[in-house]
This record gives sequence, structure tokens and C-alpha cells, in this order.
Amino acid sequence: MSDLFQYILSGATVGATYGLAGLGFTVIFNATEIINFAQGEFVMLGGMLAVFAIRWAGAPLPAAVLAAVLGTTTVGVAMDRLTVRPVRGRSAIALIIVTIGVSIVLRGSAMLVFGKDAFSLPAFSAGEPLSILGAALVPQSLWVGGVTLGILVGMKAYFDHTIAGKAMLACAYDRKAAALMGIHVENIVSRSFALSAMVGALGGVILAPITLTSYDVGIMLGLKGFAACILGGLGNPFGAVAGGVIMGVLESLTAGLVSSGYKDAVAFVILLLLLFLRPAGLFGRAHAERV
Amino acid sequence: MRPAGPAATLLIGATVIAVLPVLLPNEYYLTVLIVAGLNGIIALGLNLLMGYAGQISLGHAAFYGLAAYTTGILTATYHWPVPAGMAAAVALVLAVSALIAVPTLRLKGHYLAMGTLGFGLIVYIVLNEATGLTGGPSGLGGIPRLSLAGRPVTSDLAYYYVVWAAVLLCFAVAGNLVRSRLGRALRAIHTSETAAAALGIDTERTKIGVFVLSACMAAVAGTLYAHYVRFVSPGTFGFAASVQLVTMVVLGGMGSLWGGLAGAVVLTVLPEVLRALEDYDIVVYGLLLILCMMYLPGGLVEGVDRLWRLVTARRLRLAPPEDPA
Repeated sequence: MSDLFQYILSGATVGATYGLAGLGFTVIFNATEIINFAQGEFVMLGGMLAVFAIRWAGAPLPAAVLAAVLGTTTVGVAMDRLTVRPVRGRSAIALIIVTIGVSIVLRGSAMLVFGKDAFSLPAFSAGEPLSILGAALVPQSLWVGGVTLGILVGMKAYFDHTIAGKAMLACAYDRKAAALMGIHVENIVSRSFALSAMVGALGGVILAPITLTSYDVGIMLGLKGFAACILGGLGNPFGAVAGGVIMGVLESLTAGLVSSGYKDAVAFVILLLLLFLRPAGLFGRAHAERV
Repeated sequence: MRPAGPAATLLIGATVIAVLPVLLPNEYYLTVLIVAGLNGIIALGLNLLMGYAGQISLGHAAFYGLAAYTTGILTATYHWPVPAGMAAAVALVLAVSALIAVPTLRLKGHYLAMGTLGFGLIVYIVLNEATGLTGGPSGLGGIPRLSLAGRPVTSDLAYYYVVWAAVLLCFAVAGNLVRSRLGRALRAIHTSETAAAALGIDTERTKIGVFVLSACMAAVAGTLYAHYVRFVSPGTFGFAASVQLVTMVVLGGMGSLWGGLAGAVVLTVLPEVLRALEDYDIVVYGLLLILCMMYLPGGLVEGVDRLWRLVTARRLRLAPPEDPA
């Protein structure tokens, strides 16, 4: 029984970061209808930049986290300006290929700069694992939960109560109408890349103390993030995070009860089944499918 | 310049293929060209799907691997004759791809990309984990050689001719398909699925058909790979391989059969030539993808075409004006 609870707890922790990666997909998709295949690399960059801010510059942890998030955000904006903007308006295939290209370049550059080893980040706060119903909960899990909730609340506030957030929603709803209302669509798109990179980097930073991070973690995290937002209904931020947590738990249960080798397959089997059977996601409305 | 007819094109291709080995400095380049041919077969099929029908697949390496493993397991572990193993492998891929195609091709654009990607990863994970059957991450060895008319194909030169004969065959098939009613249907779907459907094209069946055909071409390449290298391991058939295949088609030129083939040959031979690249090769791939999409959406074929026009245009301008008198 306590084993089962343990699987659920650790699954939910990892799942929260899938959710954050999914949230990143959602933000860009809402503003542009692009699925950013480099989303996982933002998560990777967050973790890796923080690790190396500490190793190379000796930065204290909070400064390293800040540097990692800012650095990744800059990469996100640069990606939009340099690669996505020139091919905007072309076919979906062109956009897919460009974002795949960016993800390969980011991953390859990370390998060249940081090497192929796996690294760990110190936990955000010291302390013994808490014991809940016989299951151990490391303090970092609380950080993951707290930061994820914080980001969700922040997002909601941003979209509901700020002009910039409302402008982004307007672009998502109807780009042409938004432009006619005086919204600078190109800026909003850049901002969506910045926001998405920021959320992804935060996910990478809070996950790094729990699982190791290396240059190639982005592929899996990105794909699972995408599966999470399909599970929650593409375009729905809360759905993405909920989808991520559900997937993390299922994955952890598979690893614990069936076979750890097949745990990565869980996400993709779920992804395929959902794409085939219920493309609008668990929490989506039937008409939410946008193709 | 009058474009050469299909038969003449094939003849020229066959001549180049026949003569090329004589010009090579050593045996090693033969190996490179065999791999280039295998990639070329897959790129031809993938180009039908991407360039003509406008559908993307990020999981084609999975079909390649599925076929290589199937014939490998049947012939090495269960001692089937090689032709039977190869036929079974292609048949299995045909069945699997048809099964996958029916729900997957209802998806469009990004969803299709993610769906095929997910399928590719599942196959990759199974190849790694089903150790009893596949040998897991350390791979499967002891696969017998291909034999033709009872004699095993031992030399690289012979295998080169086998592989490139298969390339020519696939090129001829794809070429015929593209020029047929079906080829026009594919291009119509690419332009507008709704319009194509309105004109009476069964878009769903056409898309499934071309998807299965391209998967089967990858399967043919996979079986040829397995009996050439005689060892298969999952690493060859992962996500990176799928992306590499897409890169070949994009770089060579989507919607041009020559382009796909050229992209496959260039991207197989280039890393061998630029040995110094080593770890940088992956970054170069990424940059190629991005730059190609930004500046040369038609790929190498478009580049050569533009260059040709530039050269001929200049020559025309330089020619002295004709005397009207």
C-alpha cells in the first residue's frame, strides 16, 4: 500500500514537469497554432544552464536559477525572431521542420558546450524526506508542486487581468481581428515564445535536483509534455498540467508494477490512443480540435 | 535543354551506377555507397509521402528497423531461408503500416507529426526492451548473408549492384506512380484536401496507400540492410534516424524524386568526407534543416535549377544582339 502511494507521489512530482513542458506548448500553440518541437530543449536548457552557472561561475543557487531562466527565455525569443518568423505563413511541414531543426541545433550545441555527462543540481532546500502514509516525500517535491501551482496561478492572472495577456488570447482567437484592434501580433508571438521558454526552463530547473539532467533529456521531456497537453486538451493550460500529472503517475505505476523498461512507452501509447480516439483531450470540448 | 524521358533517365542512372565502382579509390567507399543506396530507397518513399502528398512522417526509421529486425530474427534465430525472411518482413511492415495509417492519417499537420513520432518511439522502446526476441540494446547478430540463385552474395561490389538495382526499381515505380492518375491525386491532396475530395478523389484511401507504399520501401531497405551488415541494434532505428531521413528529403528537394535520392546520397557521403566534423555533425544537420526551409524550400534540386538559370541567363545577356537586317 505504501509502495503504491510512493509511486503516485514520485510520479506526480515528475509529471508536474511534464505539465510545465506541456504548458509551454500550449502558450505558443495558442498564440501561433505552431507546435514547437524545440519545447523539450527549453526544459533541458533550464536545468543545464543552472548546473553550469554553479559549476563555472560559482553562482549561488538562486542566482543560477535566475540566470538559467533568463538565458532560456532569450533563446526562446531568438528562436522566434531568427527562425520561426521567416517561415511564418508557410505550410505546417515547413514549420515542423524548422522547429525540429532548432531542437537539433540546441541539443547539439548543449552537447558540445556542456559535454555528454549527466549532472545534478543541489536540492533547493535541505531537510529530511517527509513521511506521508509510509511514503517518503523529498522536500524538492514540495518545491515542484509549489512552483507549478505558482506558475498556473500566475498564468491565470496574466491572461485574465493584464492587457498583454488579453492581447495574447485575442491573437489566439483571431489573429487578423487582433491586428485590426491595434495589437502588434509579431510582438505577441515573440512574447509567447519568451513565456513558453521561461515556463519550460523553470520546469527543467526544479526537476534537475530530483532526476539527473544531461544534454539529451529534452527529446523525452518535450514529447511527454506534448502527450500531456494532448491528454489535457491542446490549448488548455490547466488541462496540460493535469495531463502531465496523470501521465507521470501512470508512468511511475508502470515502472513500479510492470517493468521499468517500458515506462517511457506509456506516454506514447496514451498519446496515440488519444490522437486516434479523442483528439480534443480528456478535458477538452469536442470542437476544440483545431487543424 | 529538353528534359530526358523516364526511360532515358533510368538508362543514364543505370550507366552511372554501373561505372561508378571503377572510379572509387578503395572498397570502403563501396560500403558508403551501399548505405547511401539504402537511404535513397527510404528517401524515395518518404518523398512520395512528404513531397507529393504533403504528409509528414517522423517515424519512418521504425519501419526500416521493424523490417531489419523481422528478417534478422526469422533467419538468424529461426533459421528461415533469407528470401522468406525478407518477404515476411515486408509483409509485416505492410500490415503494421496499414494498421497505423488508418487512424494516423486522419490527423493533420502537427498532430500527424507527433502521431508518427510516437509510433516510432514505441517501436524503438520495444526493440530495446524485448531482449528475449531482439537481443535488447546490445543488438542481434549472426544474420545470414543474402543469397541470389543459391549463391551467397559475399563481395561488397556484388551487394552494391543488388542495392542499387533495388534503388533503380524503386525509382521506376515511384516515377510511374508520380506520372499516373494517382500521382496527380497526391498533388491535388497536397494543394487542398477539400478540393481534391470535391473532385472525386478518395483522399483517405490515397493517403493510406502512399503511406503504406513508402513504409514498404523503407522495409525493403531494412531487409537489405540486415543481410548486408548482418547485425542490427536499436540505435540505428531511433528518432535521430527518422529525422535524418526527413532531412534527406528536405535537403534534396521535396516533390522531386531526384531530389530525395540526391539528398540521401549527399547526406550519407558528406559526413564521410567531412570526418573532421565528428560531434558537430548533429548541429550541422539542424542548421541544414533550418536554412534549407528558410532559403531553399525546394532543396538542392531548386538550388541547381536556380544556378542553371542564372548561368544560362547571363550567357544570353552576353551574347551579341542579332542583326535584324
